[in-house]
Amino acid sequence: MHVEEKMTVETWPAAPEKQTLEAKNKFLGFWLFLGGETVLFASLFATYLALKDSVPRSDMPLAKDLFEIPLVFAMTMILLTSSLTSVYAMYHMKNFSFKKMQVWLGITVVLGLAFLGLEIYEFNHYVHEFGHTFTSSAFGSAFYTLVGFHGAHVAFGLLWITTLIIRNSKRGLNLYNAPKYYVASLYWHFIDVVWVFIFTVVYLMGMVG
Amino acid sequence: MSTNAQKRGFGATLWDYLTTVDHKKIAHLYLIAGGLFFLIGGLEALFIRIQLLKPNNDFVSAGLFNELLTMHGTTMIFLAAMPLVFAFMNAVMPLQIGARDVAFPFLNSLGFWLFLFGGLFLNLSWFLDAAPNAGWTSYASLSIAQTGHGIDFYALGLQIAGLGTLIGGINFLVTIINMRAPGMTYMRMPMFTWTTFVVSALILFAFPPLTVGLFLMTFDRMFGANFFDAAMGGNTIIWEHFFWIFGHPEVYILILPAFGIFSEIFAIFSRKRLFGYSSMVFATVLIGFLGFMVWAHHMFTTGLGPIANSIFAVATMAIAVPTGIKIFNWLFTMWGGSIRFTTPMLWAVAFIPSFLMGGVTGVMLGSAAQDYQYHDTYFVVAHFHYVIVGGVVFALFAGAHLYWPKMFGTMLNEVLGKITFVLFFVGFHMTFFIQHFLGLWGMPRRVFTYLPGQGFETSNVVSSIGAFLMAAGVIVLLINVIITSVKNEKVGNDPWGDGRTLEWALSSPPPYYNFKQLPLVRGLDAYWIEKMEGKKGMTPAEPLGDIHMPNNSFIPFLISLGLFIAAFGAMYHGDEGNTWGIPVLIFGLLFTIGSMFVRSIKDDHGYHIPKEELIDDNDKGVKA
Repeated sequence: MHVEEKMTVETWPAAPEKQTLEAKNKFLGFWLFLGGETVLFASLFATYLALKDSVPRSDMPLAKDLFEIPLVFAMTMILLTSSLTSVYAMYHMKNFSFKKMQVWLGITVVLGLAFLGLEIYEFNHYVHEFGHTFTSSAFGSAFYTLVGFHGAHVAFGLLWITTLIIRNSKRGLNLYNAPKYYVASLYWHFIDVVWVFIFTVVYLMGMVG
Repeated sequence: MSTNAQKRGFGATLWDYLTTVDHKKIAHLYLIAGGLFFLIGGLEALFIRIQLLKPNNDFVSAGLFNELLTMHGTTMIFLAAMPLVFAFMNAVMPLQIGARDVAFPFLNSLGFWLFLFGGLFLNLSWFLDAAPNAGWTSYASLSIAQTGHGIDFYALGLQIAGLGTLIGGINFLVTIINMRAPGMTYMRMPMFTWTTFVVSALILFAFPPLTVGLFLMTFDRMFGANFFDAAMGGNTIIWEHFFWIFGHPEVYILILPAFGIFSEIFAIFSRKRLFGYSSMVFATVLIGFLGFMVWAHHMFTTGLGPIANSIFAVATMAIAVPTGIKIFNWLFTMWGGSIRFTTPMLWAVAFIPSFLMGGVTGVMLGSAAQDYQYHDTYFVVAHFHYVIVGGVVFALFAGAHLYWPKMFGTMLNEVLGKITFVLFFVGFHMTFFIQHFLGLWGMPRRVFTYLPGQGFETSNVVSSIGAFLMAAGVIVLLINVIITSVKNEKVGNDPWGDGRTLEWALSSPPPYYNFKQLPLVRGLDAYWIEKMEGKKGMTPAEPLGDIHMPNNSFIPFLISLGLFIAAFGAMYHGDEGNTWGIPVLIFGLLFTIGSMFVRSIKDDHGYHIPKEELIDDNDKGVKA
């Protein structure tokens, strides 16, 4: 099958994301990249755990003073739901329903934006209510670096998926852009998995001291 | 598009190299850039040895000495050894597995330009401010206290270059997994390809911790964070861990390809199959795995406690086992072979005792209790130069002579090659052997001078003379390269006459599409098998058809340039009264993201070489 071939529902293959050699390479390469990203986040988690609650003065806020579960729980739910909507999008991609895929990806982007908005609110809250900043203590540096790296990944993912939606809006699916959609959704899932760990290690474990 | 030898203007050639995505040309770029950095790093080493020629010398100041030793180490590891290894991987590995190109030609080019801009950024420190001066390890307790921008150059330059290496690693992994020719199973892959494979996996998992460590240092020094500031709750040991979780696999990232090159050489010039091929594969994988388990042996004196030290000491010594397997396999490969002492073979034979000595001192250092005695003395300096020069640099010289015809189509002069070998080999042992004893006698490393009357004088003179012999060897090699290039006598497919693997079945240099028809691989040493059956080339595995090729692109250069610009903004924004730092940082990052955006929205399907054009090209590619 040729990448630029005009496809129909009948000719659309079962695994459109790996039909050509380029697509297979992209698929594997991206999984490997996620392996590297895993080590990157593992390093950031290690740094956070080493420096958690490590503050120069005893009157500075610690993890148990800062975090409030309702807000973070809402963020978690929003991001988990956005992962689900991206699964719906890939389901429609495999069924060659271009419009439905675009709609579900659009919903994914909206949810991602909502998550990012809440994260900005959260950071703002810590800075202004508690004086917990990037420079105030080693704990602050480690917290904002870990959660901020994740937030930057979310922002990059949003830019990426939005670009894909707009770039392909007029031409529909083909074997050239199907792998692009697919790896973007893989990336989105990865971001979600990292957040599950942040929710557990930073927030839940932070609440119990 | 054609790489056929036709006269072209300098501008066209330059543009071709700036935009190329061909792995063979990227190999040239890595070789040239890595070679230049090797000369710079070598010059820094010579200055160090001149300073240490006599007691209380004042050839350089104490401060400049710190900068020289830091830049020597950093340049040699990141900007010379790594790219030179990458040069051979790019030049040879895709040919060895019978591929037309790497999996991601665009990323291949991006990896090179990121490395080059990172290296340029780091070396601009000599002219713009002060060079980094906290050692190549740049321990945070020292480096965050340094004034000036030296350490900033280190953190940002290595960040950019490291990104390029990571991209290169993923590219090689996917290439080897997905793009092997029909019949090229994993256990038929040449040893150099195997080591490239394992090394790429090490890069994938070892570079992210360095990325994080460098980010933390960048944030601490330039953006007010407190990761390493104990007064603010920070902890400098975090840097040591990240650096060595990266740094120890890094030495295997360097040495394993060297093992690969030597494995090829021993087989070719003994005219024998590599002895114990499957145990060699096993040993390579095991070394790669154990390489991640031993980082704390660089931190025995940090105070992690006797239990941690014991575990890491045992794990460290365990690496001697797979390495020993390799050494014996090489010896048995030569045993009973009909050996030809060509220049590459001389390097390979000299490598075994040289590297072995480094390995033995490695086991000595790996014993935690003894390490307290050796720590921070010249004994350590002698040890790691024996493994890195005696292993990696020997392999780079050997590989340069072995693969020169495949990369450039002409042979380096053998007589000059042997002169290089003798000068460098003698110089190397003269420089570093005596340093073992200097260390045992108590001479500390990284100190700019020593006092008279401590018994260090004669030994240091010997060591410095050796360094000049090595330099002489390198100069002879440069003369050799110039003479060879001017003469430019073209050679055939298999100039050594005993090539065993697929790259020797192709013309020298190969056509830009590598294989006209993908070859059918029937066993280990695929080309040798065909030769033994009296065939002149490989049996094709597919009918002649159109070949799909990637388009050249200037975007990798632009993506890298953006980060280069951003790094200046990040570095200077904290200076008193600086107003342009943050805008430049943002501009650079937007420049990079914008270039990526253009790459993303512009479809790039590559192009096809029509079958008809290939039929005319009968003297190239695989002969049916």
